[in-house]
Order: sequence, then C-alpha cells, then structure tokens
Amino acid sequence: MNELDQLYQQVILDHARRRFGSPLVDPADGELHGESHQHNPICGDQIRVRVALDGDAHFTAMSWEGDGCSISMASASVLSEMLPEMTKDEFLDKLEVFREMMRSRGTMVPDEDVLEDAAAFVGVSKFPARVKCAMLAWVAAEAAMLGANA
Amino acid sequence: MQTVTGHPETTEALSQAEVARIKADFEILEHQVNGTELIYLDSGATSQKPRCVYEAEQHYYENANSAVHRGAHTLAVEATDIFEQARETVAKFIGARSNELVWTSNATEALNLISYSLSNASLGRGGESSARFRIGAGDEILVTEIEHHANLIPWQELAFRTGATLRYVPVDEHGALRYELLDELINEKTKLVAFTHVSNVLGTITDVARFVTAARKVGALTVLDGCQSVPHMPVDVKALDVDFMAFSGHKMLGPTGIGGLYGRAELLDAMPPFLTGGSMITVVDMEHAEFLPSPQRFEAGTQRIAQVHGLATAASYLDEIGMDRIAAWEEHLGAMLFEGLSKLEGVRVFGPSGIKRIGTVPFEVIGVHPHDVGQFLDSRGIAVRVGHHCAQPLHRALGVSATTRASTYLYNTEQDVTALIEAVASVREYFGV
Repeated sequence: MNELDQLYQQVILDHARRRFGSPLVDPADGELHGESHQHNPICGDQIRVRVALDGDAHFTAMSWEGDGCSISMASASVLSEMLPEMTKDEFLDKLEVFREMMRSRGTMVPDEDVLEDAAAFVGVSKFPARVKCAMLAWVAAEAAMLGANA
Repeated sequence: MQTVTGHPETTEALSQAEVARIKADFEILEHQVNGTELIYLDSGATSQKPRCVYEAEQHYYENANSAVHRGAHTLAVEATDIFEQARETVAKFIGARSNELVWTSNATEALNLISYSLSNASLGRGGESSARFRIGAGDEILVTEIEHHANLIPWQELAFRTGATLRYVPVDEHGALRYELLDELINEKTKLVAFTHVSNVLGTITDVARFVTAARKVGALTVLDGCQSVPHMPVDVKALDVDFMAFSGHKMLGPTGIGGLYGRAELLDAMPPFLTGGSMITVVDMEHAEFLPSPQRFEAGTQRIAQVHGLATAASYLDEIGMDRIAAWEEHLGAMLFEGLSKLEGVRVFGPSGIKRIGTVPFEVIGVHPHDVGQFLDSRGIAVRVGHHCAQPLHRALGVSATTRASTYLYNTEQDVTALIEAVASVREYFGV
C-alpha cells in the first residue's frame, strides 16, 4: 500500500462520508453536557463537538458539526462511535495513545484493542501537516468534557 | 525598461524552448518529489530561485560582507555600493527613482510601515509637514473585499488606533470588484485607498486607473499591493500613478526576508518614521532626534544587504527575459488552466470571466475538501496551495471556506499544466465521490 493509500484507508473515507454523530443533538434537560468549538487556522477546518455524561463520569453521547477535510471529519465520526460508555479516564488514556501515534511519524504500530477504528489514522502520522486534522475532534471532545456542567 | 503601456498585441510569449532553458536555471525543479518529477504550481505563495540569485548572495558574503553607510574601510564602501546599486536596479524595475524605494523585510512590513507612519502623524509626530497624513474620527479608509490579510489588517488596526472608519469595495458572487460603487465609496471623507493590483486568490488584474482617478479627485492617498503583479507583469508605478506600492522579493525569484515599499518622494520625505534607531538619523541628543530623508529614514538598523543584492539579481534576470514576454506566457498558461479545469466534470473554477488574469486559478473539486485535493496532487509530485490563501473575507464572499489554487511562473511548462489537469480529473474517483 503506498503512503497515500495508508493515509486514506477505506475506513477513513467511509467515515468521512457517513459522518457518524453529526449533526449536533440538543442536550436533554438537566443532562450533564459540554461543548467546544475548535478551529484549525491553517486550513480553516472547524468543528463544534458536544458531549453528554452521566453521574458516574461515563460518556453517554457525542454529537458534532463541522466543515473540513476527510481526515478531520472521519476522525470526529470515529470518535463519536467510540466515546459512548467510555469513562473520562479511559478517554484521556486513549487520547494520550492517539496523540503519541500521531507524533510517531509512522513508526508506531497501533494497538487496535485500545484505539479501535482510530488505529486507521496511523497513516496520518507520516504527514505532519495533517496531524492537526486528525487531532481536531479529540481536542474538542477533551475541552467539551472539561467544561461540562448540567 | 518595460512599461504598462506596452503593446500586448505585439508581445511574443516565451517559446517552449526558452521556457526549457529558463527551467534549467532552477536547480530545485530538477528534484524528485514522492518518486516523481516535481511540478511546482505554488509560485503565488513563493517563487523558486534561479542559481544566479543565491550565487549573488554567496558572492557578496565571500567578497564584500560589511556594514553599509558607515565605516571608512574598503569593504564598507564596496558593500554600500552593492546595496545602493541594487536599489537603483530594483527601483528602475518598477519605474521608480532610487530615493523612492525603501527596503523592508517583506510586503507585510511595507504596508505596516505606512499604517504606523500615518498613526504617528495622527499623534502629531512630524509636525506640520506631516499634517496631511493625519487621520481621525470621521475620516474613512477604503480597502476591497479581495485583499490579502496583509493589505487588510494593517488598515483595520489603523482605523482602531485613529478612530477612522474602515469601508470596503465588495465583490459580486464571482469575485469581481464592484467598480460601480467607487464613486460613492471614495468621497470627501476618504483619506486612504488600499487595494491589490492582482488578486492572490483569483489572479484577476485590478483596473488601477479607476481607483486612482477617484482617489485623486478627493485627495486620498493610494496604496497598491503589488505582490502578485510585480513578479508576473510589467509594472511602472509612475504610469500607474499610485502614491505607494508594496511588493515582496521572494515571490519574484528573490530571497526571503526582503521586500520593498515604493512611495512618491515628496510623501516619504514628509512622513514620520515607523521603526526608529540607528542609521536613520542626523542629530541625536538625549531628548530627541532628527531624521534623514527617505529612504534612510525608514531603514533603521543594519540592513539585509545580501538579500537586497539577491533581489536586484532576480530583477535583472527577469528584465533580461522581458516582463511583457513573461506576462504573455503566463497569460497563456493561465488560460490553459482556466479552460482545462473548467471542462472537468465535478470541478468548479472560481473567478469572473472576461477579466484579464495572471496564471493563477483557484478551484474546487465538488465533494472533496481542498486539503485532500492538495494531498492527492502532492502524491503525484504536484505542489499547489490549499486553504484560504490569507483571504478569508473573499472566500466567505465566494461561499467557501477554502479552495485549491494553482499558480504559475515563467519556469512552468504546458506539460506542467496538463499534468495538473489530468491529476485533478482523477481526484473524485480516488475519494469515491
């Protein structure tokens, strides 16, 4: 598989089209939720992510709206599928692993048990200019989680 | 010396053989990218450099490196000669006199120089001789909706600092400037009109005379952004009759870190300085300083001598080939790009038709984000620019957040353009759109 095909793996192209978790869903009354709007000033990509949590620090949902390249949109879609039922700490652990993979310049073999479909983004790490695209939804989800209130 | 009043109908474009010879002067264009020949279509962002430009810089460092305008030793004299000879060469290249060309680090600094000099005048600096540069509440500054951020934000900031109002000439849905509004937008309150000669996104050439005529009527200063015109077509500031023009060196085969500001001598000599310090003064005591006339007044601190020498070498290189012939070649490539891309299914080319343009064409592959288009093209060795190209308001007016832009220069061949069009034709299939 050439580098371009590693970057645009089928699972990424599928998610970029499907956009699981988009558009935004309004939070229920009294539901613990948070929202974050993130920009990538280099290319103009932007995303608004909303997360909902239950009383035990478990995510119950992630929804989002965005405009951007296939990498950033697919990353948001994959994360929306992964996030429900994850705890805050599990998310932060996975975020660290994902970030480490993104910084690996293609040297890290991703653990699919930990990263699930997000492992498909390993090809992105060979293209430093695209790492921000893949990180955008994750950074937004983290900010939304940290700012969550009822 | 080429002028804007040349005769395009008699201008012969570069021949393919000449372009091949020119291309051989650019070492980097022989490089491979991703296992394939590099096809560089991003000269709107920065141009490649011919060997003679960086060899000139090297020659300067090996033979004459010294500080200019000070010191009595031989090297200082040689360095000063090189520096001032370069000013003469580049000034002539744009139709100006030597004392009307101020060196800056880039066009952005040149535009900020005017902006800050005007706000210094508005604070009373420069006394009565600077009074005509004062701007305040009730005054208007006019820009256009197609400006690069570098010719927009300095004026936004000047308006904030002085209390003046910023207005702009809008575009129609194709990105064409609405000239019919100029008579209303340029009025008795207008103190300054800043506009681009060539859109860095659309490649369209502005009707400078319409702006200048309207501005002259009300005594407003005119500031032209020449970043995309000076490298690609004959430019004569006297024929254009603008008060100021900013341009950058690195887009016209020159080194990075050097640009220029043209200003009419009587204006530059009456304006208060922007950056202050060494090399721009006559008498200094502990309370105040008196300033040299232009251009030294605006050249505080040790200057970029090697870069200036490299830029003059670039200007001579372009002049020898002939700017009118380069412009004719790029017009040809631009038309090929515009027509070739327009014919592709699922591709939308931006920009008005029927307006003269340089070899710069922005487009969209429907259903594929520009960032992905650029990545796909890169895998085939083709370098283009993707994003908002430092012109977010124009993109908003066009109804998109980003575009893909191909931009040519004198070293681009017809094969380069064909390769791009063929590659763009397979983008949608690759992304399954």
